[in-house]
Amino acid sequence: MIVAERKKIPELLDIVKEHKKLLVLGCGTCMTVCLAGGEREVGIISSALRIASRLQGIDLTVEELTIERQCDNVFIEQAADAVERSDAVLSLGCGAGVQAVAERYRNKPVYAGLNTTFIGILEEQGLWTEKCAACGACVLHEYGGICPVTRCAKRMLNGPCGGSREDRCEVRPDVPCAWQLIYARLKDIGQLDRLRRVAPPKNWGHSLDGGQRLVVRPDHRI
Amino acid sequence: MENSEFQPRVLAFCCHYCAYAAADLAGTMRIQYPPNVRIIRTPCTGRLETEFFLKALETGADGVLVAGCLEGGCHYTSGNLYARRRVEYIREMLAEMGFEKERLRMVNVSAAGGRLLADHVTNMVETVRKLGPNPLAHNGRKDNAKSETVNHKSEMETAS
Repeated sequence: MIVAERKKIPELLDIVKEHKKLLVLGCGTCMTVCLAGGEREVGIISSALRIASRLQGIDLTVEELTIERQCDNVFIEQAADAVERSDAVLSLGCGAGVQAVAERYRNKPVYAGLNTTFIGILEEQGLWTEKCAACGACVLHEYGGICPVTRCAKRMLNGPCGGSREDRCEVRPDVPCAWQLIYARLKDIGQLDRLRRVAPPKNWGHSLDGGQRLVVRPDHRI
Repeated sequence: MENSEFQPRVLAFCCHYCAYAAADLAGTMRIQYPPNVRIIRTPCTGRLETEFFLKALETGADGVLVAGCLEGGCHYTSGNLYARRRVEYIREMLAEMGFEKERLRMVNVSAAGGRLLADHVTNMVETVRKLGPNPLAHNGRKDNAKSETVNHKSEMETAS
């Protein structure tokens, strides 16, 4: 899922302060699960904005709404009345959600209330970890299902770098060395031979290169 | 001296298994504490959502006191520890907003702590009294401190 973090209240207030009526729009999917922009967070951030604006003498009315999914027009349409009533929308969706809402309501300013951070998983309660960099050319099959692109600080495809200490990354001692994990995993599944192969330079042309990426399925196009 | 007539309104979320019982005990023991506190009984402080604290302050409470069991003594094992983290999260958020985070406080009291609860309430009320009225409440709140106090006293007597 996509993981995000909330922006600080002063930054949010600075973004929306020129408007009188604001709609804080939550997303019921990834942003709810990562506790950044679901119904509860919409309530908290709206409350915080009301308090902060009143303390600073800013005239701001905040309406709250959470829709099932901000990246899908079927659900975005359900916010039409609330958007109409407001001067601007503060979206607590991911970056895709913010843009989808902005495209649907072209005459309203739509602002991002969150910093979309990564594609990851809920590791344990209250802890999310990045697992995928969406590089566009997956190499997980070579590395026992552990992604060196995302989880190795040096993005080494032919590791390890040799700098790890006690299984910890030398760049980020709070995270495990990805190559240590890869070695242990390949050993467990009997595929250590894979490490004998030298990986050629990765084709980054599928990643953040050449602008917006598209996926087209002609067989599903209407 | 500006706040000499100011009677704070402090909302206290009290855990059923400890602080609420301590408030009962304080009543039984005839221990005096300021009648500025409004007690809401909760099944556990772990039941309290972060938005409750913000909503209380947003709607005019001068202070919010969260009273849970002693650490290690929660009836549900760890509800009070979760509550403390949530209180800290909102205190940091209040500081971000430029709001006095001292208006929100968590304390730990056992069911036998009638005196301790009274001390915590007294301390909280005094802290809030020094801070003055909730800056969000000065416009909208119809503050009739005297009658509020009297009403509350009778509530407290009923409760104890």
